[in-house]
Amino acid sequence: MSILNFKFLNGVKVLTEIKKMATRDAYGNALVELGKEHEDIVVLDADLSKSTKTNTFAKEFPERFFDMGIAEQNMMGVAAGLAAAGKVPFASSFAIFATGRAYEQIRNSICYSKLNVKVAATHAGLTVGEDGATHQALEDIALMRAIPNMTVLVPADGVEALQAVKAAYELNGPVYIRLGRPKVDAVFTEDYEFKIGKAAYLRKGKDVTLIGTGFMTSEALKAADILAAEGIDAEVINISTIKPLDEETIIESATKTRCMVTAEEHNIIGGLGSAVAETLVSHCPVPMERVGVNDTFGESGKPADLMQKYGLTAKDIADAAKKVLARK
Amino acid sequence: MQHLEVTAKKIRRHIIEMIGTANSGHPGGSLSATEIVTSLYFDVMNIDPENPADPKRDRFVLSKGHAAPVLYAALAEKGFFPVEELKTLRQINSRLQGHPAKHKLPGIESSTGSLGQGISTAVGMALAGKLDQSDYRVFCLLGDGEIQEGQVWEAAMAAAHYKLSNLVAIVDNNGLQIDGSISDVMSPNPIDKKWASFGWEVITVDGHDFKQIIDALNKGKSTDKPLLILAKTTKGKCISFMENLADWHGKAPSAEQVQCALEELK
Repeated sequence: MSILNFKFLNGVKVLTEIKKMATRDAYGNALVELGKEHEDIVVLDADLSKSTKTNTFAKEFPERFFDMGIAEQNMMGVAAGLAAAGKVPFASSFAIFATGRAYEQIRNSICYSKLNVKVAATHAGLTVGEDGATHQALEDIALMRAIPNMTVLVPADGVEALQAVKAAYELNGPVYIRLGRPKVDAVFTEDYEFKIGKAAYLRKGKDVTLIGTGFMTSEALKAADILAAEGIDAEVINISTIKPLDEETIIESATKTRCMVTAEEHNIIGGLGSAVAETLVSHCPVPMERVGVNDTFGESGKPADLMQKYGLTAKDIADAAKKVLARK
Repeated sequence: MQHLEVTAKKIRRHIIEMIGTANSGHPGGSLSATEIVTSLYFDVMNIDPENPADPKRDRFVLSKGHAAPVLYAALAEKGFFPVEELKTLRQINSRLQGHPAKHKLPGIESSTGSLGQGISTAVGMALAGKLDQSDYRVFCLLGDGEIQEGQVWEAAMAAAHYKLSNLVAIVDNNGLQIDGSISDVMSPNPIDKKWASFGWEVITVDGHDFKQIIDALNKGKSTDKPLLILAKTTKGKCISFMENLADWHGKAPSAEQVQCALEELK
């Protein structure tokens, strides 16, 4: 799978083209690769396999794919039973149904006994778009990270999603993987090495730290460009493991820049911003601003229009950075 | 059947003593399920307390997790852990949680207690057995009030869809739930016809008759359908002052009542 193309200019490898990719597509590809290597992986879906991309696995390994119908609660319980019998199930649906409808099954049937189930949910956040608020999960990170034993991954792009899914397979225990519907900009080159629990510096700076998760990381990078044009030197960090959180990197950067902005396609309550704030308040209290959906439901619309209306663009991050700089 | 009668009496005594000592717990539905659980652990199931993680073992999921005392008593009598430990039920630092915890106690196959969830886990285990072409069987005990949970019917649909003939669900039909009679609170009747219409083989038995229970549990191996055993039972069975009273769903007997109950179980 090639996402990035390179050419050599004066012997230096440079990026020439960014191919956009949806993290859900990377998930589908990762499942097929995992399926070839590991007999114990099984995949479940709740009648959304074309959208979640588990259909790629279903095509290759029909005997290890189980459509559970429109019944997410049962799907999570069945996944728990498969895991208890030694399988490594990936259970998929849209984020709203996986974490909302089946929340208590994930808590009691899966996480309580630390069963080896991967909940891989797509169509998270506002970028579901036209389907509107009922289908736009903006609370899923909060719900999942509040459950003991759960690991929470939010990959930024296709490269990271592919690796995150494989890393989730290798980890023995429950993992929530948050994936998106739209094609998103690549943030990482193929030589990137994802590690659960490890944040990645994407740009070093000294004035302000911008932390992104999911595709908001690419918005944070664009925000850093906007800020640079105004003489502000921003540091950009990608946090794709919301839990366990890489506190060391957060504290290291906060100690240097003394102010911070988080950016996520999620309610500002309970997600990345909350997790980072919890760390800062205990270890390195600095002024902080949270960019996210401001405790409201979404609505129908084109993803780009929604991002603009709900304040999730590079410009919103840059504005938040200027605001937090003034509080320094 | 003689040894089963003796074991069932021991299990009932444990249930009363455990709940009495804990001063909390669910006697009614533990007592109604005693013959069912005894049949499974002391006759039907292929299990070995020396090798509790054997991949080929039969599995039992107590979907009505509040009946934990009957399961703990059976596991202790079977040798999964010391009988002495039963008196730690519901106490702090005990492995015998108010509802079964798989990761704490050997022999527990699934953490249950939130009603409706155990049956789905059992479906998953049966699905894995089919996938591995293993011949173990999965048994799951549900309450008759529990089947008011929608998830039960999602699981019932899935079990029939995937032709899980290695799955047996037993409904402990004692007719009572916390708020009263199941038909007054929210009738799940007719239970047999509902499961049959979901594609299950259905057998109705007297849930206190070992021969009927064991014959039913051993059936179903030859069909391509999951098997539902509707076990007609009495809540609080064998304790005269508890029988058929919804109040004894989740109430502990006093020290005096424990003595009276144990007298009846001599």
